Amino acid sequence: MPMKAVFQRRLQKLKHIRGVQQPVFSLICMLLGISFTVWFTLLLVFIIVPAIFGVSFGIRRVYMKSLIKLFEWATLRMERGAKEKNQHLYKPYSNGIIAKEPVSLEQEIQEMRRGSAEPEFDMSDIFYFCRRGVESIVDDEVTKRFTAEELESWNLLTRSNYNFHHISTRLTALWGMGVLIRYGFLLPLRVTLAFTGVGLLVVLTSIVGLFPNGRMKNYLSDKVHLMCYRICVRALTAIITYHDSENKPKNGGICVANHTSPIDVIILASDGCYAMVGQVHGGLMGVIQRAMVKACPHIWFERSEVKDRHLVAKRLSDHVADESKLPILIFPEGTCINNTSVMMFKKGSFEIGCTVYPVAIKYDPRFGDAFWNSSKFGMVNYLLHMMSSWAIVCSVWYLPPMSRMEGEDAVQFANRVKAAIARKGGLADLLWDGGLKRGKVKEVFKEEQQKLYSKVLVGSSEDRSRS
Amino acid sequence: MFTVLNQTLLCLCFPVSHSQITRLYSRFHSLDKGENGALSREDFQRIPELAINPLGDRIINAFFPEGEDQVNFRGFMRTLAHFRPVEDNEKNKDPTSGEPLNSRANKLLFAFRLYDLDRDDKISRDELLQVLRMMVGVNISDEQLGSIADRTIQEADTNGDMSISFSEFTKVLEKVDVEQKMSIRFLH
Repeated sequence: MPMKAVFQRRLQKLKHIRGVQQPVFSLICMLLGISFTVWFTLLLVFIIVPAIFGVSFGIRRVYMKSLIKLFEWATLRMERGAKEKNQHLYKPYSNGIIAKEPVSLEQEIQEMRRGSAEPEFDMSDIFYFCRRGVESIVDDEVTKRFTAEELESWNLLTRSNYNFHHISTRLTALWGMGVLIRYGFLLPLRVTLAFTGVGLLVVLTSIVGLFPNGRMKNYLSDKVHLMCYRICVRALTAIITYHDSENKPKNGGICVANHTSPIDVIILASDGCYAMVGQVHGGLMGVIQRAMVKACPHIWFERSEVKDRHLVAKRLSDHVADESKLPILIFPEGTCINNTSVMMFKKGSFEIGCTVYPVAIKYDPRFGDAFWNSSKFGMVNYLLHMMSSWAIVCSVWYLPPMSRMEGEDAVQFANRVKAAIARKGGLADLLWDGGLKRGKVKEVFKEEQQKLYSKVLVGSSEDRSRS
Repeated sequence: MFTVLNQTLLCLCFPVSHSQITRLYSRFHSLDKGENGALSREDFQRIPELAINPLGDRIINAFFPEGEDQVNFRGFMRTLAHFRPVEDNEKNKDPTSGEPLNSRANKLLFAFRLYDLDRDDKISRDELLQVLRMMVGVNISDEQLGSIADRTIQEADTNGDMSISFSEFTKVLEKVDVEQKMSIRFLH
């Protein structure tokens, strides 16, 4: 009996509370409803509708310009702060920290031999190898390409800062506000847009897939792909400048570009329609891949097929031979490089024998580093970084189409294209293989060095026997 | 990080600019994949330009003291200190303060140790042959290489013990501009 009374009394208390809070509760609901509606309307008007039609209000460029001014001010403050405290400000230099003379092995050894009566072997020959070895320990051309580029001025992100200790309250306050804006406002906005973009891509391409093959289907597929990629571009606040659009890739060709991150695909595909190439994945990626291929023919390989070079080459050539199919988008480096250089292009795509349309992509690292260091960060972590940076700013150059010349083999052609891309994008042109990120260098390169040195030794003995 | 650097500055007892030490520490850190404050031989071998250097293994060995497998930042700096260029004002430095690591003699000693595989302060014919073999690979026959080694020892050996001591080594190279050949200049 007393239990029931207690229970009843408690129920009455609750009803009383709910009675008081009822109007407050409904007010909150109404406010939330209104703000969501306003939010989505703004989103629709300012972001999704322009994405559909490919126009832009120019909001992002204004944002970019104001950010630049902010960063310059921040760097000045830091330099002044460091000078007041009599500390040295660490300034990173990405162009190399030691003076390396580009002298070859033969030149160096001839120099050392000058003055003496040309002995066959000199004990001082070791100096060349020794110095080159230690130089490469202090600063080498390859390992630094697999980590994010160091910035010369601070962009208010702690992840790119080596000097961060408290310099002034104003700067710290600015940084704090930056954190709030980026994580509290920009990140949710971008995540919403990303989900919208991907969701629309899957749904709309599946719908387009129901149409019969023909011009209508191709037209719709192009429009759908472009629209969804443009929404994704806005989801990253990517500010892209396209140069030389008259050289845009055409059907029946292959588009090659330097690779910095998975975002490269979104950046190129929001300005033109391409057929993608890749491995079949499971999970969300798999869903997207299956939906995309319904609308227009992309080339997805099973894991087992990837090893078979002939099969890959055949599928690519078949696709290219069909003039109605879109140009293929390929990244011949095979891995992500940190956008300061272009590494060796794998010759596979250059053996096919069709027109190659090179594209150079250069990111501006001040606003957010696009490089995906896959050994350090997973995909989700990487996307989170991307969406909480200020913006992704990049320039895309479409280079004039190139074809294999008479007497040129695939490797030489690949190197020629690589050099053109590196020159246009202002990147260093390296012969090293991007695969060195994970694997060891081949022994054959050491053997080349040994052969060179042997030539110097044996060569001089030939001279001696003649004289 | 900075206290470690300051300690190193003091320990090395010669002026290296703060920015150079910071840069080298940053480099040390980027090579240290295991993030345990020390480099192993594998960390060095991951540098492609060093892996293709015919004497790469000998150079890597120079960083590791006898019998050890790890080198910390102090050891790293100590070895690199041999390659500092010799400045004019240092040439006239007071000799009682101890010879700096980047003196001509110490640079020559570094090179000598690259040849001296068993660290017995003598370069025997065998050791010379092994180092030569590293430098030329398979491109020169055993007999030719043997005669090169014999000729070199003949020219350098003054006390007739069929091996090259450090003083004989120094004598052979007295005309070579060691300071310039074994120096690395920082850009900033």
